[in-house]
Amino acid sequence: MCASVNWKGLILLNKAGSYIQRYWTLYVMLLLPIAFFLIFRYWPMINILLAFKRNNIIDPIMQVPWAEGVEIFDGAITVPGMSNFQQIWNHPPFRLAVRNTLMFSVFDLGFGFPAPIILALLLNELKFKKFKRVTQTISYMPHFLSWIIISGLAIRLFSPSSGTFNSIIGSWGMEPVQFLSAPNQWVGMVVGLGIWRSVGWNTIIYLAAITSVNPELYEAAEVDGASRLRRMWHVTLPCIRPVIVILFILALGGTMGADFERFMALRNHAVISMANVLPIYVFEWGLGNLRFHWATAVGLFQNLINLFLLLGANVIVKKLGGQGLW
Amino acid sequence: MKPTRKLKGAKIGDWIIVLIMLGLIALCVLPVLTVVASSLSDPGAIVRQRVSFIPRLENVTESIDAAGYVVMDRTFPIGVHFEAYTDILGNSNFMRSLAWTAILTLISTLFSLAMTVMCAYPLTYDELKGRKIITVMILFTMFFQAGAIPTFLLYDQLNLLDNPLVLILPGFVSVFLMIIMRRFFLGIPDSLRESAEMDGAGPFTVLRKIYLPLSTPVLATLGLMYAVGRWNGMADALWFLRGAPEWHPIQMVLFNILQGVTPVDPLDPGSVSTAGRSEAVQAAAIVVAMVPILCVYPWLQKYFVSGVTLGAVKG
Repeated sequence: MCASVNWKGLILLNKAGSYIQRYWTLYVMLLLPIAFFLIFRYWPMINILLAFKRNNIIDPIMQVPWAEGVEIFDGAITVPGMSNFQQIWNHPPFRLAVRNTLMFSVFDLGFGFPAPIILALLLNELKFKKFKRVTQTISYMPHFLSWIIISGLAIRLFSPSSGTFNSIIGSWGMEPVQFLSAPNQWVGMVVGLGIWRSVGWNTIIYLAAITSVNPELYEAAEVDGASRLRRMWHVTLPCIRPVIVILFILALGGTMGADFERFMALRNHAVISMANVLPIYVFEWGLGNLRFHWATAVGLFQNLINLFLLLGANVIVKKLGGQGLW
Repeated sequence: MKPTRKLKGAKIGDWIIVLIMLGLIALCVLPVLTVVASSLSDPGAIVRQRVSFIPRLENVTESIDAAGYVVMDRTFPIGVHFEAYTDILGNSNFMRSLAWTAILTLISTLFSLAMTVMCAYPLTYDELKGRKIITVMILFTMFFQAGAIPTFLLYDQLNLLDNPLVLILPGFVSVFLMIIMRRFFLGIPDSLRESAEMDGAGPFTVLRKIYLPLSTPVLATLGLMYAVGRWNGMADALWFLRGAPEWHPIQMVLFNILQGVTPVDPLDPGSVSTAGRSEAVQAAAIVVAMVPILCVYPWLQKYFVSGVTLGAVKG
């Protein structure tokens, strides 16, 4: 009895031994990447606690006292540690940042999201292969420019005194457009430059999806006498819908966020309040005004809403019978 | 009657698309051309709004008119001069940052590639125990991050603030690029691995002898993505290198130049052509900072197109 147990145990041990002998190199390989994710992605998450604590970055985070509670329902319930969130909610620049962030996200989704789909449909219809390749290469170019460089291009183009755009329309007798200093025009410029930078690059995925459309469908449509536009609308678009849906879910997951460098590079004194989006708010009030607890709370707020939107969109898409992210 | 009409319609449609694409090309190229033209132009021509897409010089001839007044006669012939480039390339601050960014990009790209392979390759083994947990742990970081301030506080604890390592370490592995790498590995037929294993090759030998040699296209793609990210990045320098301007990468230096924090104008303030001169030098700085990438990416187009497509496939 005893011997047989030992024997079984030995087999197990032997199996474990050969498993380890076979695969130990893989675990050694994984050591550094896992350490990387633990140190640089998970460790900082402990500091999220600061969102619920008093502003103190000298002491270790565990020793910092909790923030005050917030009374809700006329004081019936006190939620502990939430006062930072109450304070930022009552902080006008924060509300402005939320408003601006949502505004830019709506514009980016509304104009920037369909743009590469339309461009991909057009590129797909392009008959001249060499010209198509050159067009694609050139349209990818803006994606490789940093926002700092793009801001430099924007100044050269749109400066009211010497910008090329304004010189040209000036020579036609038109008034210069204040893209850099008038808030509304500036918003248009930021959205436009966002499309400019990403439209070509984002066609890559759609074009890949289009090549996998069954050519027989086009032939059938052509036999039925469908025009080019009708073929785009009734064949190509439905076939690439799963890809569009997935990219839309992912885009929704960024609604409460903005590209820090984009707004940092393109903002100037005349439009400072328009350029106040959440990442800029975190930078200015966290690092600039040393309200670390507020900025942490804002970051958490932003991340949670994005996660919620992503998961929510995924659930809705699946409910409607589409393919979700997973 | 009907077929010819259809053919004719299709042809017109084709030319309309070509026209739209020509417009797109112009939209992409002209802004870059403006900056190149200004960097090669005479400051005087810039200030007087004579430079749009072609570099121009400024010739001033003085003459005295009948009433005895001095008349300046300006012409703006097409031509180039390189004063802005000698200015910016003679700026030791800019050049040091350029060299540092080149080294930095090289180092961090190599390390990132190595780490990405080390992460992606073991996760292709289905039978590896703990693979699921590790994958979930890694994917989770794509959808939820600590945020800027918690990260800042950690780097403070780790002594990474004002430390050049902060530009390298936190960017080691991009989850998105790791997924692309893993999907590429999964596309390599299992039979290759199995036959090597029959000959007694361990996982590491299989990686070195079979997987890596087959992966040059995807490694080129990921290398380009990591390199572009590092070359173009400045947010990390803005957040974490506030007290160490000597380690600022090129985009940060360019940012300060464009914001007017760092003057690049070698002339006295108040001199006539100061504005144009600094605009020309700024334009030259922009050109120098964007040329390396613009020279590289077209050659890798075939690879990154397939790489991005790999990243988009569901699975």
